[in-house]
Order: sequence, then structure tokens, then C-alpha cells
Amino acid sequence: MTRLIVNGAEQVVAAPPEARLSTVLRDGLGLTGTKIGCDAGDCGACTVLVDGAQVCACLVPLGQAEGARVQTVEGLAADPMGAALQHAFQAHGAAQCGYCTPGMLMAAMEVLQASPRPAEAQVMAALGGVLCRCTGYRKIVTAVMEAHRFLDAPAAPLPEAGQAVGARMGRADGWPKLDGREAYGADAAPADALWLRPVRSPHAHARFTLGDTAPLLARHPGLERVLAAADVPGRNGYGIYPDIKDQAVFAEGLVRYRGDVVCALVGTREAVEAVRVEELPLDWEVLPPLAEPGAALAEGAPALHERWPDNVLTTGRVRRGDAAAALAASVHVAEGRWQTSFVEHAYVEPEAGWARRVGDRIEVFASTQAPYMDLEEVAGVLGLPHAAVRIVPTACGGGFGGKLDVAVQPMLAIAAWLLRRSVRATWSRSESMASSTKRHPARIEARAGCDAEGRLTALEFEGIYDTGAYASWGPTVAGRVPAHSTGPYRVPHVRSRARAVLTNNPPSGAFRGFGVPQAAIAQEALWDRLADAAGIDRLEFRLINALRAGDATATGQVIAASAGLPACLEALRPRWAALREEAAAENAAGGPLRHGVGIACMWYGIGNTGMSNPSTMRITLEPGGRLAFHNGAVDIGQGSTTVLLQIAADALGLPASAFALVLGDTDLTADAGKTSASRQTFVSGRAAMEAGLALRDAILLRANAGPEGRLALSDGMLTVDGRPLHLEAPLEGLGRFDPPTVPLDADGQGVPYATYGFAAQIAALAVDTELGTIRLKRIVAAHDVGRAINPLLVEGQIEGGIAQGIGLALMEEYLPGRTENLHDYLIPTVGDVPAIESILIEDPEPLGPYGAKGIGEPALVPTAPAIFSAIRDATGAEINRIPALPHRVLEAIRRKEGAG
Amino acid sequence: MEAYRRPGSLAEALALLAAAPAPPLLLAGGTDLYPARAAAEAWMRQERRPVLDLSGLPELAGLEDRGDHWRIGARVTWAAIRDSALPPAFRALQEAATQVGGAQVQNRATLVGNLCNASPAADGVPPLLALDAAIELASPRGLRRLALPEFILGNRRTALAPDEIATALLIPHAAPAARAGFEKLGARSYLVISIVMAAAVIEAEDGRIHRARIALGACSPVALRLPELEVALEGLTLAEAAKAVAPAHLAALSPIDDVRATAEYRREAAAVLLRRLLARLATPAMEVAA
Repeated sequence: MTRLIVNGAEQVVAAPPEARLSTVLRDGLGLTGTKIGCDAGDCGACTVLVDGAQVCACLVPLGQAEGARVQTVEGLAADPMGAALQHAFQAHGAAQCGYCTPGMLMAAMEVLQASPRPAEAQVMAALGGVLCRCTGYRKIVTAVMEAHRFLDAPAAPLPEAGQAVGARMGRADGWPKLDGREAYGADAAPADALWLRPVRSPHAHARFTLGDTAPLLARHPGLERVLAAADVPGRNGYGIYPDIKDQAVFAEGLVRYRGDVVCALVGTREAVEAVRVEELPLDWEVLPPLAEPGAALAEGAPALHERWPDNVLTTGRVRRGDAAAALAASVHVAEGRWQTSFVEHAYVEPEAGWARRVGDRIEVFASTQAPYMDLEEVAGVLGLPHAAVRIVPTACGGGFGGKLDVAVQPMLAIAAWLLRRSVRATWSRSESMASSTKRHPARIEARAGCDAEGRLTALEFEGIYDTGAYASWGPTVAGRVPAHSTGPYRVPHVRSRARAVLTNNPPSGAFRGFGVPQAAIAQEALWDRLADAAGIDRLEFRLINALRAGDATATGQVIAASAGLPACLEALRPRWAALREEAAAENAAGGPLRHGVGIACMWYGIGNTGMSNPSTMRITLEPGGRLAFHNGAVDIGQGSTTVLLQIAADALGLPASAFALVLGDTDLTADAGKTSASRQTFVSGRAAMEAGLALRDAILLRANAGPEGRLALSDGMLTVDGRPLHLEAPLEGLGRFDPPTVPLDADGQGVPYATYGFAAQIAALAVDTELGTIRLKRIVAAHDVGRAINPLLVEGQIEGGIAQGIGLALMEEYLPGRTENLHDYLIPTVGDVPAIESILIEDPEPLGPYGAKGIGEPALVPTAPAIFSAIRDATGAEINRIPALPHRVLEAIRRKEGAG
Repeated sequence: MEAYRRPGSLAEALALLAAAPAPPLLLAGGTDLYPARAAAEAWMRQERRPVLDLSGLPELAGLEDRGDHWRIGARVTWAAIRDSALPPAFRALQEAATQVGGAQVQNRATLVGNLCNASPAADGVPPLLALDAAIELASPRGLRRLALPEFILGNRRTALAPDEIATALLIPHAAPAARAGFEKLGARSYLVISIVMAAAVIEAEDGRIHRARIALGACSPVALRLPELEVALEGLTLAEAAKAVAPAHLAALSPIDDVRATAEYRREAAAVLLRRLLARLATPAMEVAA
């Protein structure tokens, strides 16, 4: 028995003394506000205070906490400064997915207890050990520094009726993320649930046989079942595309990447955790892997899947005009090769969930971005009709595309179905990293030309994308990349191809930008060289070529409206000049630090590429006055729950505070489509607006009021222009929107997207020319978002996207088997994100709700190319191997010196 | 031995250790033990070795001046080093203390644990080498002291015998006016495993160096002192020190290519860090600190 004082109350716990304090808090005391992200002290999500000092609870043995005073997020509100800090986080939008938030709050409390008004450097040092993947940290630092202002200040009022759109409203789902109540995938399973633990291949390519598991079951009494391929009741395969279910739930004698699932153990937690690998009746025949696309494309290479004999999963193309001839006739031509790496999503919440069988239905509760796709996969593997499956998304601790694919869902469903018990699972960090999808590594060769006035003439683009062992979102990436390969510019002649190539690597899937960020690195580097060759300022060169309303794209689409890139560039122009002057002045002083300023632009098609992707939203008003917004769009931290509410509120004409929220449950909410492709604000937002307007029409009709009728709802009574409206039956407003597109033909011609986000970003930095290290000084981001429904949350998306762009540019490189943890795989910390200035351009999109379009992915795309542009500006060095780790930057500088 | 014991005295701990049929894992701050456990469990290679928790041993506590040397007990954390008032020669160690992991790790991890873990990238080793630290080991046979180079034998390998517990670091006094510093190079700001790090303790009189102790980490299986460079610096002025660093001084390094950097880069970066460190130690700001 161990005695400790938790949030002021004495607790006696019976767990083993070497148990991790994090586990004891969560499982022993039910304090699930303390999150687990890595169990290795790398992420800080489990940070609590022990005797006032911040610690990773995953590294503290219970025995060492004997008699200690432990403070967790659940006790924060009882402390006036703790409560103030929570208010500061809510007001500043410092929590997005919320998974790192308890750790951030507790780490911040350590410094706030000592210094109620801490300096920025103190805050950085205090938060340096907590990783956040969503926010880009800047709003967190501000919230901690400003916490003292909230000691006595009342909470900001919510916007009034008709004032929600455009308001910097705090998250509608914010508070549970700040007080520890939010339930993520690992937080809500029933106490008696069994545990499922997959057995994964340590080999990239191997045949195996699984022998008799009866002796193993006999040796471990709590072990209930070993599930393997033969146990799958329906189709043993899943995958994003209806016709490509190529990834087995349990491999059938052949594994294709390190992390592929061989079988799964189901039993008590103790039992499944006790089994060691050598106890399993597994025989391996290790096969040589196809380790990279070159090997997979080589003549005579074995096929990973029979279906794709040449290992080419998909080829995407755009052909317009005669690129070769136009290049030959161009005054200036630039060309280059680039290579990027696997990038891990590194959401701080590992995959987790639980499932139960209810009669002849299955219910799966899991962290996901795509509940209706989960529903189809679960129905498929169980061989059940869709109506027999219910998916309830738990809170999602970050996704970024990685939780669009199923992970725990099919296995849990199979186990719960067969065993008729609740079954839960949580991947460990290493397991998450080894098994989950990645950003495609790309090898790109590109050439572009311009005329003497700097007008772009032609682009040739060839991209080979390592799509790993299974299809996942590979076809989507191969399709999206050529359609975006010109960037947001007028390029009359284009020949562009992207191939997704199968290898024995982790499946590459969806990751914020679907391959476009890799392509943007190549395009923007070419523009810099062409601008220099033509003697034109890099910003002005982009402005000369920027797409404007009325222009045609390389897919032949005429952009009708909402093409705000020129406005973005014009807004950046004064900053560009000032930062360049500043850099020149600093460079004049000499020394090993060279200062530079870079620029890059992007466009991004919102929604699926040339495919239907509808969303349906529903608002109901019951006779008792309950107003409910049924919203099936999954908020993975980006803020759709808040933004869609703001839209619905203004469309209906009631304040956001009047709504009860019915969120994400396939039994209760309509299909809003997946949270991907930056589509929820645009697509579901338009559906929410239509739903609000439809309910408003129904109300006004019943009240016999005119279109300007003023609604109010208080104490369960709806009034229209001050007159009570009595209802006998519920009223409903249904809204549906499917953005109009035209599929791409064989030459990539069509209307792939109904609208595009546009942006330009400037990066100012210093390069240490002796060490190859980069110090970012400032990023200025101008984004055309159509209309900022919630500027606070839009800034949050921009800052978070920039942080991921910084990681892509400078440090993130996933190497299977070598960087399967968060100390060898580096993502930016609080000290790696510089000051960010966001400039919001609002060139309204007529199809969007109140003019809005998406921001999620656009935020990330221009950051890495802007950084490389700045490195080149500072040193002349061309970065073509990414990430730009210090040794690669130094090599690039040496190459430049050698060439110069 | 049971799965976990947390004895209350060194004698009890040594007795448990002597009686253990298989060597237990020695636990102090837990910042290496638990991550290793997580990595093993992920691939079903978990071991359940018994754990001997040393955090309750009073003999291992305390950071104190013993007249001619400092004694840093094996329970002393990086945070304690970071936050204590110590003589200027400890500046390198204190600078390292602010860069080991994040604040959570600094609050729990011990210096002695950092040495016992014997990672080539252990941030504690170069500053302690530059301080001529020795480690004190207790066993039923008594106490022995080993200089750091005799204790850390290789990558993850030390001279700790199965019946021994490391109890303290012993650091001889340096000249009161010593200057010391630490430079760490990594690919991000916090929570980063070093690509290269350098530590120096310089003793000078009237601006002229009479003793220099310099060590480099992450460029060889065990961090190394650079005796040729140290000799070359003797007699130079502080201002001349940075320019004295020559490739020959780094000949003993044997850096490797890994996920963080190439061997060639490490060798080059090591020289840059050394020059910058020596230049920094020559600045007036360091004099004020002394």
C-alpha cells in the first residue's frame, strides 16, 4: 500500500510500487486527465507536479511518490492561479486537440507558482519538455504569460445573436480539455473490458506460419484468445478506396512492412502484457525488402501485390499545352532534384479505443477523423450490414491525416464481436510510430521556364512518391500532386506526373497536404532561381505570375472568384522590404551567422479531388425549446465544433450559447464526411448554414413572420419578434452541401476543386555557416481564407501548420526501425517556433458559408519552401535533401562554395 | 529479491544486492529505466528484472563542499545542480544541467545515473571529465574510487561490479577564478540528444592560461578529454585560446554516422564548438561570473 496526497486529498493505493505514477493516477484513481503519450519522458503529456516540481508521471515509480503531494489537472481549478491559467488558455485558444493541455498546464504551474508574471524565457524553459503538435506553441506561451490577468477578470461574454461569424470566440468544446474531463480513446473504456494487444512483424518483408496457440493460452490463464486471419468473420482487408481493401487486419502468411499485424492477443491486461515474443508459435522466413522506390521500379523487381505487377499503385497526370517546346523557347530555365523523407504525424495521443457487442450490433468508440469510413470498414471485416455498426468518435488527440485510416477499430470490433465482451486497446508510442501511415517521401525532378519579363512559360514535374506497403491514401496523393504542381500561378504549358510506388516501408497515407507540401518545395525553389535569372524581386516575380479570378489553371479550370494570392503578396510587401533590410544590415557586420529572408506561396484545393464529398448537418427545435445542433463533423482539434456552431447560429439567428451540441455518433448524426482536405469549414460549414437557414425558414413560416424576423430563446420559450411561438412537434432544419467538381480526365483536365485556399509566407532566419544550424527569427503568413469565421482559431491553424512545416523543413525524418520514438524522431518544441504574424485576407468564396473556405492544410504548405528560400538568400546554398539537418545544410553550403 | 525494494540505508541496499540471485536494475531518477522498459515492451521483449530503488538511501543525498573537494551524492538531480550556488568551475556542469531533457527530467534525473547509463551522448560526462570527477562505489568489500575514464568503459558499459552501488561523485577544488562553459549542438531547442557537446574548465592568472581541461562528447564511444589541446593552451592568453584549436587536437575522436549527423560533420562541428567555447570563456562576462 502506498499513501500519497493527490490534489489535497490523501489516497492509499494498492498498485505495485514500481508501477508508473501515470498508470496509478489513471487506472488506480480514475484521474484520466493525466495523459499518456510515450511512456518514455519524451512528450511531457503526463506532466504533474510532485511536491511542486514538474515531473513526467510515466517516469516516477509509485514507490517514490510515497507521502508526496501530487497535483494533477483535475485539481487545478481549486488554485486561483490554476483557474486563471485555464481561463487564459480558453481565451487565447491555447488548447486545440487538448491532449497535451493537461501537461502544459501543469508544467506552466511550476513556473507560475514561483513567478506569477513570468518572462517569455522562463515560460519557454518551463514548457520545453512538453510537446504540442497542434498549436505551434505561441498561443500557449502567451496564455501562460497572461494568466495573471485572469485572476479577477470575468470570462469574456459569448457573442450575441447574429454576431458569431467573425468573432474570436473561445472553443465551444474548450473547457473539458482544460479540466481533465475530456475523454479520449484510452479514457472511457468500461472497467471490465478485456485488452487487445497486436503482435507485429519486426521484419519489413517475411513469410510466417503461426502454429498452435493452445499451449500459450494454457500458460497464461488470463489470456482469452489469440486472433488471427482465420478468425475474421467478414473480409480480411481494409483500405480507403471501396475497390482496394489490400491491408489485412491479420496478415495471411506474408508481412509487407515492419509493423504489419500477425495476430492479436486478447485477455486481461496483465496477461496480454506478460507474453513475450519468443513464446509465440511463430516461424519466420525473412525475405529481402524493397527498401525504396528505385528498387521497386527496377526491371524484374518482385511485385508487392499481384494486383500491381510493376509496383506502381497509381499515376496522376496533368498535361496542358506543349511543355517541352515551351521550355526550349524560354529565355530562362531552372531545374533541380529534391528528396524528402518519411514524416510521422506524431499526434500526441496514440491510437486507442474500445468496442462492445450489443445484441447483433457492434459499437466502436475510437479516436478517429472519419467515423463513417470506420463504419464501412468495421461492417466489412465483420460481414455485417452498415446498420449493424455504430461508431462513436471519442475526443481525438490530434490526427493531421493519420487517423483517417483505421487502426484499432477493425481488430477491436472482431474481438468484441467474437468474445461478446468489451475489448479495449491503446497502441504504445513505438507501436503507433511503426504501424501508422506517414507522409510520402518524394523524389522530385522539375524544370520550369519564364520569359524575359518573368512570366512563367512551362513546367515539367516528375514525382516518385514512396507509398509504402499498402494503398491507403496513395492514390489520392498521386492525384492531388499533379493538379497542384504549378502552385498558384499561371503556367500555360505543363507536363506533370506523380507516381505512388509500393515498397516494403510503412504505408504512406494522408498527412496535412496530401503530397502537395513536398511538391511546393520543388516549385518554389524553381521560382526563386527564375526570379534571380530574370533579375526580378522574388516577391514581385510571384505577383507577376499569381493566379487571379478569371485565370485558367493547368487542369483547365477557370477560377471564378476568391483568388486572394495577389492580396496576400501585397499585404506581405512592407514586411518583406523591412525584413530584407534588417537582414542586410545584420549581414554587413560579417561573422559566421548569415541572415536571410525567404518567400513561398501555395494554393490548396478544398475537399476531395474531382469527387463527391458531401456533408449533411441537422438542427432541431423541440416543443420544449431544446435547440440541438446535430454535427457529425469530427473536431480533431482544428475547431470545427466551434466554427460550425458559429455559422449555424448566425444562419438561424440565435446566439451560439442557445444550442445543445449532439456530436459525432453515427447513430445520432448524419454523415459530414471525413475531417480531411481542409473541407469542414467549407463543406460542412455550408451545410450548417443551410441547416440554420432551413430551420429559420420553418420557424418564420410557422410564426407568419417576415425574413427579417428576430428570434430569441430563453427558458425554453422561442419568440419571434417578441411573440412566443408554440410548437406541437419538433421542427428541423436539414442542410446538405456537396462542392461542385468535374472529375479529371486522362490528361488531368477538369474541375478538381470547387474552391482553393491561397497563401504566401515569409521566413526570416539566420544560418550558422560553420555549424549548418538554422535559427528562425520570424514568420509572416498571409492567408486568403475567404472569410475568417473565427480569427482566433484560424490563427491557431496557421501557427500549428507552420510548426509542422518547420518540422518538415528542419528536423523530421522517420526511419523505420530506427526512429520509433519521440527522442530519436524530433518534432519542434516550444523553442523551435519563432514569432508568427498572421495576416488574414478575406476574398470571399461565393459557395462557402459567409464566404469561408479551408485553412487546415494551407497553413503548412508554404512554410518549408519559405525556409529554404531564406537559407538560399542567406548563403546561396540550395537545400535539396530534406529535412535540412545541420550536416546537410553545411554540405549544401560547401557545395555552393565549391561551385562558386 | 522481490520485484521492487526501496531500502532505507546503504547497508541494507548492499545486502539486498549481495543476496540477489540475479543482478537487479538499480533505480534512481527513473529517466533511463522507464524509457528502456517502454521500448522493450513495444516489441514484446519486456524483462521483469527486480528493481532496487536507491532513492531512499540517505548516504546518497547531498551536495556539499568537503574542504578540498565537492561531494555530489548519487541522488543529486540535475535541477539541484542547476539551481545551486556553486563555484565558477561548475559553470560547465550547470550549463549542461539546463539542457538535459526538459525540466521534468532535470527534476528527477541524477548525475550519477547519467554516468551509469553510459550513453556516448550523455551530457554529464564532458563537464565532469573537465572537472576531473571521480566516482565513489560502495560494495560489501568497502569503498573504491575510480576516475571517470576508468569507470565509463564504453557505449553503455561501466566498471560497476554486480555487487556495487555508485554512491557519489567527488570533484577536486579548482582555482577560485576558474572559467567554465558547456556547448551543446542538437537539431532542436529542447529535449534533444546531442550531436556534439564540449565542456571546458580554464584556470588563468592575469589573463594567461595555466591549466585547461577540455572534453568532447558524442564523438567517441566515451566522451574524451583532449590532452594535446590542453597542453597547447597552457601559457596562452585567454584571447589566443580559440585560435589554438587545430585538427590534430581532435585526432583521438572516432565519431560515427547516425540518424543525427555524419561522422565528418561531427568532427568539424566539434572544432567549431571548441573554438566558440574558448572564445566565450575569454569574454569579460565570464570574468564577472568568476
